Amino acid sequence: MTLEELKRIQAETLPQINMRHTHKTEENVKYKRQVLICGGTGCTSSGSNKLMDEFRAQLESKGLTESVQIVRTGCFGLCELGPIVIVYPEGVFYAQCKVENVEKIVDEHIIGGKIIDELVYHEKTTGEVKEKLFDMQFYKKQHRVALRNCGVVDPEVIEDYIAFNGYQALAKCLFEYTPEQIIEIMLESGLRGRGGAGFPTGLKWKFAAGNRGNVKKYVCCNGDEGDPGAFMDRSVLEGDPHSVIEAMAIAAYVIGADQGYIYVRAEYPIAVKRLAIAINQAREKGLLGKNIFGTDFCFDVEIRLGAGAFVCGEETALMVSIEGHRGEPRPRPPFPAVKGVFGKPTILNNVETYANIPQIILNGAEWFKGMGTEKSKGTKVFALGGKIVNTGLVEVPMGTTIREIIFDIGGGIPNGKKFKAAQTGGPSGGCIPASLLDTHVDYDSLIAIGSMMGSGGLIVMDEDNCMVDIAKFFLEFTVDESCGKCTPCREGTKRMLEILTKITDGRGEDGDIEKLEELANTIKTTSLCGLGQTAPNPVLSTLRYFRDEYEAHVYEKRCPAGCCKKLAKVIIDPDKCKGCSLCSKKCPVGAISGEIKKPFVIDQSKCIKCGVCIDSCKFGAISKK
Amino acid sequence: MALTTEQIAKKTEELKAFIEEHKNMPGPLMPIMQYAQESFGYLSLETQLIISDMLGIPVTEVYGVATFYAQFSLQPKGDNIISVCQGTACYVKGGAAVLAEVEKELGITSNQTTQDGKFTIQDTRCLGCCGLAPVMTINEDVYGKLTPSKVKDILAKY
Repeated sequence: MTLEELKRIQAETLPQINMRHTHKTEENVKYKRQVLICGGTGCTSSGSNKLMDEFRAQLESKGLTESVQIVRTGCFGLCELGPIVIVYPEGVFYAQCKVENVEKIVDEHIIGGKIIDELVYHEKTTGEVKEKLFDMQFYKKQHRVALRNCGVVDPEVIEDYIAFNGYQALAKCLFEYTPEQIIEIMLESGLRGRGGAGFPTGLKWKFAAGNRGNVKKYVCCNGDEGDPGAFMDRSVLEGDPHSVIEAMAIAAYVIGADQGYIYVRAEYPIAVKRLAIAINQAREKGLLGKNIFGTDFCFDVEIRLGAGAFVCGEETALMVSIEGHRGEPRPRPPFPAVKGVFGKPTILNNVETYANIPQIILNGAEWFKGMGTEKSKGTKVFALGGKIVNTGLVEVPMGTTIREIIFDIGGGIPNGKKFKAAQTGGPSGGCIPASLLDTHVDYDSLIAIGSMMGSGGLIVMDEDNCMVDIAKFFLEFTVDESCGKCTPCREGTKRMLEILTKITDGRGEDGDIEKLEELANTIKTTSLCGLGQTAPNPVLSTLRYFRDEYEAHVYEKRCPAGCCKKLAKVIIDPDKCKGCSLCSKKCPVGAISGEIKKPFVIDQSKCIKCGVCIDSCKFGAISKK
Repeated sequence: MALTTEQIAKKTEELKAFIEEHKNMPGPLMPIMQYAQESFGYLSLETQLIISDMLGIPVTEVYGVATFYAQFSLQPKGDNIISVCQGTACYVKGGAAVLAEVEKELGITSNQTTQDGKFTIQDTRCLGCCGLAPVMTINEDVYGKLTPSKVKDILAKY
C-alpha cells in the first residue's frame, strides 16, 4: 500500500458513504439510500440481527437491493432504545425498531420518502418527535472524538474507515514527522490516559522512546475493561477497531517497536471477532506487517484474551498475563517503559486513549487542546447506567458538569424518583451526592471530591438505593477480585466487608464506622497496586457524604432507603387497608392475618420482606420502611 | 453433556496438535489453556498434565493459572450456562433479586451445577449491556430488562 493507493481507496469509497455526515446523496453513487443498523452488544441483545435479516428480505422482495444498502455498524450509544436503525440520507432515527415495522419503513419511507412519525424517536421527557439523530437532546451536547466513527462506519469494512481519513495519521507520522516531533505533539495536546489514572500519554511514550532500534520493544493495548458498568472500550473495539490499530502503529513507530498486543476481555466476543477481522484486513492492505507504506517501518498486532480477572486491568498484571502467568501485579519501579512484557520496554495505553490519537495527529495539538479544561484536555466517554432515563454511551468535552450529563443528556431519573448519588470510577471510585452535581468532570476535580474518573462508568442511584449497601456491593467485588498477593488488600478488604455485612444485617455496633475508616486508610496507603489502593474509596466516599445512613443502620437499626432486607419493616397502613385479604393470600410465609373488612397486620417475626404483598395491594396500603 | 471416550480421545489428539503448533510462540500457556477449556468444557487433571508435559513446565504452574482466572473450570459444567449479571448497573436495578430467583428455581447457588447436569449458574460481573439492565444470559441468548417474575418462563425454554 502506498499513500496514493490509500487516497484512491478514499476517493472511491467516500462519495457513497458521505451521506452519513452530509445527509445528502451524492451524484453517481450506486446506493441512493443506506440503512444503518446497530450491531453493538446492546442492540444485538435486543435483536438487531433479526431486524437485519428482515430488511434484507424486504429489500430483495421489492427489488431494491441494487439501490439501498444495509450496513451493520457499531454502537450508536443509546442502548436503552435498541435496536436502533438509521435511514440515510435523511439520518432518521428509528428507535426500538421491531421486525414487524420493517415492511412499513421500507414501503413508506424508503420507497415513499415519507418519514414515519410514530416509529421515530420521541424525547422521553417531553414526548416531542425527533426525526434526526442530531436534533435529539441525547446527542446535542455530545462531542464525538473517540466515538466519531462508532455508528457511522461498518467496522468490518476497512474501506469505510479509510474513507473518513483512516490510516492517514499513520502515513503523516511516517512521512512528515520524526518520533521526537510526535512525542512533542502528544505532550502539547495534553492527552491523558483514559483508563482511569490520567497519566500524560506523551510522557509515557517519551520514557519508552530511548535506545530506539537497539532493543526489542512492545506496544500494548489495554482492552480489559473490567469496571462493571463501563463499556466504552468495548464499543470502540466493536464500532471502530481500526482507529486503535492505527494508533498502536503510530506508538510503535515512536518508540521503535515491531510487535503489539491487544489484551481484550474474553467476555466481549463481538469485539474480539471484529478486531480479528480488522487486523486481517489491515495486514492484507499492507497497513500492518513489513515495510508499511514502503518505508522500513514494520509492525504487527496480536490479540490476547483475558480470562476473567479484574486485576489484569492493572498494567503490570496485564503484562504478566500476556506472558501466560497468574495475573498478579508486581511493584513499580521498574516501570513498563523500562521493563514490561517479556522484560522489554513496553507502552500500554487504554483503548479510548488510542482512539483519540489519529485525530490529534490529523487535526493538531491545538485543536485537541481547544476542548476541555486547563488540566484535562479533550473529551471523555461515559457509560450512563442505573436509574437514568437514557442509558447508553455519551462523549462530552472535559469540564461538562455532572448535572448536564445526567439531566440534559441522560434525561434525568425515571419514575419521578429523586436523584441520590452518581457513582464514577467503578470499584475504585466514589459516590457523588446531589450537592456536588455542578462539579465539572475532569481528572482533578473528581479526585478532589473523593471519587475518580476511572474508565468512565457513571451509575446513577435514586432514593431507593442504600449507600451502605452500594459500598458493600463494591467491597464484595474487590474481595472477589483481589489477587491475594499483598496482605492489606487480601485481608483488609475482607475485614471491611465483614463489618459492612454486619451493619447491613442490623448487627452494627458503636465503633464499627471508625474501624472501617481506620482499615480503609491503612489499605489505601499500604497496598501493592491500584486495585488495593483504591478499593476503600467506595466506603470512604459514602462515609463522607452519607454518614447519616451508616449511623441510622448502626444506631437505629434502620435502613433509610428501605433497601437492606434485614432492617426493613413491611407495614400495613390501617387507614388505607380495606381488609380485602388479598395480601394474606399472596404472602408466601403466612405472616399476614386479620378479619375481612378490618385492617390486616403483619407478624414481623415471620415476615421475610419479600415485598409480594406490596405489589399485590390495590390500595397502596403496604410499604417498606 | 458428558463426553464419550472416543470424543475425549479425538479432542486430546487435537489439543496435542494445537500445543505442538503454538508452543514456540511467546507466552503460549494461556492461549493453549483457553483452547482446551473451550474444547473440553473444563480442564481435567489429565488435560493439565498434557499441557505441562508438552510445554515443559510444572503442572503446579498450569494449575495455578487455572485457579487464578474465573474463565477456567476444573469441573465439567452443565449443558446450559446461566450468567446473571451482577455488575453495578444491574445491581442498582435489582440484579440480585433476579439471581436469587434463578437460584431458587433451580435449587442451586452460584457456581454450582444442577443434579441432572442441565444448568450451571456462573458468577458474572458485567456483560456490558448496561442499557438493558438487569440482564442475564443463557448460553448465547441475552435476556434484558428482567424482573424475578420473568425467570420461570425463561428457564422453561431450556
